[in-house]
Amino acid sequence: MAPSRSPTRILDDDHPMTAETISAPPRPAQRPLFRRRSAIPGFGLTLGVTLTILSLIVLIPLSAVAIKSSSLSPAQFLAAAFSERAIAAYRLTFGAAFVAAVINAVFGVLTTWALVRYEFPGKAVVNALVDLPFALPTAVAGIALATLYAPNGWVGQYLTPLGIKAAYNPVGVTIALIFIGLPFVVRTLEPVMRDLSADVEEAAASLGAGRFATIGRIILPALGPAWLTGFALAFARGVGEYGSVIFIAGNMPYKSEIAPLLIIIQLEQFEYANAAAIAVVMLAVSFLMLLVINAIQAWSRRFV
Amino acid sequence: MTISIRSVEKKFGRYPALNHVDLEIADGELVALLGPSGSGKTTLLRTIAGLEFPDAGQVLFEGQDVTFASAAARRVGFVFQQYALFKHMTVARNIAFGLDVRKGKDKPPKAEIARRVDELLKLVELDGLGKRYPSQLSGGQRQRVALSRALAVQPSVLLLDEPFGALDATVRKSLRKELRRVHDATGVTTIFVTHDQEEALGLADRVAILNAGRIEQIGTPDEVHDNPATPFVCGFVGEANRFEGTVSGGRFTSGAVSFDANGVKDGAAVGFVRPHDLAPDDGGFEVRVDRVHVQGALASVSASTADGRHVEITASRAEAARFTGTIKLAARKSHVYPA
Repeated sequence: MAPSRSPTRILDDDHPMTAETISAPPRPAQRPLFRRRSAIPGFGLTLGVTLTILSLIVLIPLSAVAIKSSSLSPAQFLAAAFSERAIAAYRLTFGAAFVAAVINAVFGVLTTWALVRYEFPGKAVVNALVDLPFALPTAVAGIALATLYAPNGWVGQYLTPLGIKAAYNPVGVTIALIFIGLPFVVRTLEPVMRDLSADVEEAAASLGAGRFATIGRIILPALGPAWLTGFALAFARGVGEYGSVIFIAGNMPYKSEIAPLLIIIQLEQFEYANAAAIAVVMLAVSFLMLLVINAIQAWSRRFV
Repeated sequence: MTISIRSVEKKFGRYPALNHVDLEIADGELVALLGPSGSGKTTLLRTIAGLEFPDAGQVLFEGQDVTFASAAARRVGFVFQQYALFKHMTVARNIAFGLDVRKGKDKPPKAEIARRVDELLKLVELDGLGKRYPSQLSGGQRQRVALSRALAVQPSVLLLDEPFGALDATVRKSLRKELRRVHDATGVTTIFVTHDQEEALGLADRVAILNAGRIEQIGTPDEVHDNPATPFVCGFVGEANRFEGTVSGGRFTSGAVSFDANGVKDGAAVGFVRPHDLAPDDGGFEVRVDRVHVQGALASVSASTADGRHVEITASRAEAARFTGTIKLAARKSHVYPA
């Protein structure tokens, strides 16, 4: 840029003050309308791809469910979505998924604790076993569980004399869902528990907290948000689980028939709109639950 | 609270972290444990705290053996380098924690706890921040919270592990003054670990210098600086030019460099001269001035001898003009140790 001229020269008679003698500052650049400039590249590309994929894979199919069900009149919709059989199926699906997620939340913490805090022989094997429900085809898991817990199975034969029936009823459904959901809790908690530094516990101990006070007041609250996320994931997975459940559930209408199975049955009878109606209800309930869990999470993360 | 460490030993695997350490700390003292990393200073502090237990030896509090007592039973306040605050609790609840976890009649009433928290927040100049979460505070503020949390239980001894290590220089300086003020206000016996000699010498009543699991010297900041007991202390505390050479007839010689070594027996030796103890002197050894660097009121001069030995000199700025070309230097004071 040219050096600024001296004031005496500007006011000199030979050089009358004109627009050219005082160089005006350049016009400020226009600020982009929609987003700030960022040094991190790829915003347009990544967001574009994300929205396209989300639309194709998630949003359009979901809206198709709603549109399909809208071919029913409101009375027909209510009759299809809230028939006695459907209500029993919802209750079983959401109930069993909830119980299984709670059980997984408890045992997931213990499993994670053992995996993160201690070194022991066979740790790598245990670590791999936790992931098995992720990798195993769910039908395989379902057949294996049904064989084990059936009244004549390896485990079932000892439960039957005790009056416990662990297969072909809601208990069986819950067992399958516990199997499916465990890795969600463990893998969500693991990094957070690893990050909990030992000196926080030492600080609590030096301030006079016993072991139970340290666990109850320091460790578990710190794990809270991740714990809820793990619980939500296990629960959501349980609600949607089909493959492993149908082998062990027994699939008795009104008793041990899960909602996803009811949808399949409706489809097999070419009652597409009825199937969609049940799907809409499941969608709404799942959405609501995720919303509530997210709200609780946001609240429990207030200190982060 | 007096603290005695009696020939404490601690090994991690085969690596000896503490090697026959003895240390006596008087009531109300402010003591620094100073040493390079791996010298055992943190292990010693954690042994005093009851977070680490010695393999041999004894830890006494006021003459009582507490060697295997838990941290809680010893009533120590411990401040960690990384603050170790409870992230899910507000500042006030962090400070109150030590009182809050007490049971039965030991637990003060709620109003009493609240009053104590307010008092401590004032002491560390954080009044009004009680409702914040630690994530909403700066590093210096977090360390103040950690300090008041440790003080809340009225500890018999306050232990700090590199308390200012994670903070920037300005905050570190102000927190240093703060710690001194808090110590003087509460009178609690205080021990802190640091690898920063300026911090140790500037803050503590006495400094214990550790190296390789042993205490090399304990003394006031002046004592360890002016009369270092071992070559390690001489090299570690303060600046020093180090030379390897020989002593003969009360004089130390290392190539062209030579200075007094009164009372040291003849033979191989290491000699140290502080940069401010070197001055131009026509009777001295010859060096060539390489560079003069003025820093405020002082000038630091880099010079070298003909045989390539490097020498650092500190002089007042007024004297700096004399350091040009080739000059002769003599040591006003030196420390020589048999090798």
